[in-house]
Amino acid sequence: MRLQKLTPQRLWILLGYTAAAAALFSAPLFVSDFRLNLLAKFLAFAIVALGLDLIWGYTGILSLGHGIFFGLGAYAMAMYLKLEASGGKPPDFMGWSGLKELPLFWQPFQHFGFAVVMGIAIPALLALVLGYFTFRNRIRGVYFTILTQALVIITTTLLVGQQAFTGGTNGVTGYSSLLGFSLGSPDTKRALYLITVVVLISIFVLCRFVIGSRFGKVLRAIRDGENRVRFIGYNPATYQMVVFTLSAAIAGLAGMLFVLHVGIISPSMLGIVPSIEMVLWVAIGGRGTLIGAALGAILMNWAKSEFSTAYPEGWLFFMGALFVVVVVFMPKGVAGLVGQLKFRRKRREPEHERVRNPAV
Amino acid sequence: MEVYLLQLFNGLSISSILLLVALGLAITFGLMKVINMAHGELIMIGAYSTYLTQNLFNDYLPESMFDWYFVLAVPASFVIAFIFGLILEMSLIRFLYGRPLDSLLATWGVGLVLQQLARSIFGAPNVAVTSPSWLDGGMKIMDGTLLPYKRLFIIALVIACLVSMYFYIYRSHEGRRMRAVMQNRDMAACLGVSTRRVDAMTFAIGSGIAGVAGCALTLLGPIGPSLGTYYIVDAFMVVVLGGVGKLVGTVLGATGIGMFNTLFEYWTNASLGKVLVFVCIVAFLQWKPMGLVAMRTRSLD
Repeated sequence: MRLQKLTPQRLWILLGYTAAAAALFSAPLFVSDFRLNLLAKFLAFAIVALGLDLIWGYTGILSLGHGIFFGLGAYAMAMYLKLEASGGKPPDFMGWSGLKELPLFWQPFQHFGFAVVMGIAIPALLALVLGYFTFRNRIRGVYFTILTQALVIITTTLLVGQQAFTGGTNGVTGYSSLLGFSLGSPDTKRALYLITVVVLISIFVLCRFVIGSRFGKVLRAIRDGENRVRFIGYNPATYQMVVFTLSAAIAGLAGMLFVLHVGIISPSMLGIVPSIEMVLWVAIGGRGTLIGAALGAILMNWAKSEFSTAYPEGWLFFMGALFVVVVVFMPKGVAGLVGQLKFRRKRREPEHERVRNPAV
Repeated sequence: MEVYLLQLFNGLSISSILLLVALGLAITFGLMKVINMAHGELIMIGAYSTYLTQNLFNDYLPESMFDWYFVLAVPASFVIAFIFGLILEMSLIRFLYGRPLDSLLATWGVGLVLQQLARSIFGAPNVAVTSPSWLDGGMKIMDGTLLPYKRLFIIALVIACLVSMYFYIYRSHEGRRMRAVMQNRDMAACLGVSTRRVDAMTFAIGSGIAGVAGCALTLLGPIGPSLGTYYIVDAFMVVVLGGVGKLVGTVLGATGIGMFNTLFEYWTNASLGKVLVFVCIVAFLQWKPMGLVAMRTRSLD
């Protein structure tokens, strides 16, 4: 990314980001431990939203399968935590299913480093394989979206079905410590929160870098006119594969952090509904703006935790209506609305530069 | 021998249900490039319509008439789902043409609201529909092999739907207009076809068939607000595999998925069977990315 001239407007934006980062870092000082844990969970979701925005907002690929990538990262971390809790013995749920010995693929997860690497590598690899077999054949748009949704269905059925290896419907829970630090202690929680903030900011910067680079320009070109990009001589499939893999890796990373904060992962947390909710966060915040996606994730989850327990029925009505309203009336989300207000007089996009079908 | 015959029949039965669910989807997607995620909820509406018809018969008509409620329930489900589809098209879908992914999200929202609505009206627990007594039992073809009348009835219902769809699409004036819009929307509009009316009509008919599917599903088990979600993704896979725009593609897609699903589940188990079917579909799309039967077109997208 080139260094650009510091106009007053840029200065304000920069100040805003600094203030937001400062607020996030200082939150442990004036927020209760319970709220901090909630906030940490929301920040983990914001990381997924960033990855999702990268492929949806900037490349025009809608994935309804990000719950799976998120979940695979979470399961990798959960396996490590479970083994640390049981001291390397087969976890309790294996015993219930009659499994006496630790299965081979569980064994390396005793090492923290291996679990972390796998938590990123497995989702990335799965995304790469799916991307390779779809984008190469120009299976895209709606077809791709449906395939990702089918991936969600079969992964959750597999996780539920192979109870001896995955803990079934109950998922994996009951952890004690991480690298010897007790997960229950407030100090560990605070440290984990700060780690999440650092990861969120790093991923944000990484996404900014990707989007500002030449690679990012090609991504936006693919979104706006895939065939034109192809005729110029690029191979869109390669770009789509790379960005889809990157996005899945980010989701896996977020999943690992999520498990550390929440202390449980089960198939219901990565099914169809959570996956499509992730898309809603990005849609509400504003696809095509990173800050919008992250804020959308945080705000939606905050609203959900506030209202869904008090009015469970009203919440579902509200969420359903939100889908419709956002898609029909504000396709660029809240960030788009703010942008419209601010830049209405300053800059009017010429008609030919505007994206005609933002999601096609 | 009997085992294979029974598996074959099971496969046929699953295929027929998939076909009934996917039929409406294939039409709306093929014609309008709109992904209707609320299709599952239209199935649910059809199922609850059957439930209501049953209750009406129970309450207001003599018991001897009860067995015939199902004859009325099939058209009733069709009509009610048809009306819901028409309302949905006129109030929402028409603003989303040319934005398939957006239509997917918006209709998902509609589905969520409809599900919650059903939960508020009928309650969250499943309700049971008593199937008419003339569908109890089955046809005995040899020792130990019994083909249940219910499943045979569903297969017959699917064939009836298919035949009427065929006559509607290929042998009627409305169908001709529909095919014209499907092939070249702008040209059809230039020649005086009201594409708006064709769209609304087609969407409503697709929804009506979903209602019939819901009616058929009441024969197989209790129904609940989230009935449709079990079938919707499989139905979409049928559309992806079969290709859009032709009935025969949908038929082949549904038969393929239904048969292979039964086969794999028989060989392995339920969860691994689903994985294998998915792998097969992705592998198949390597060979024919547009599905089994693709409409020939010279346009790029």
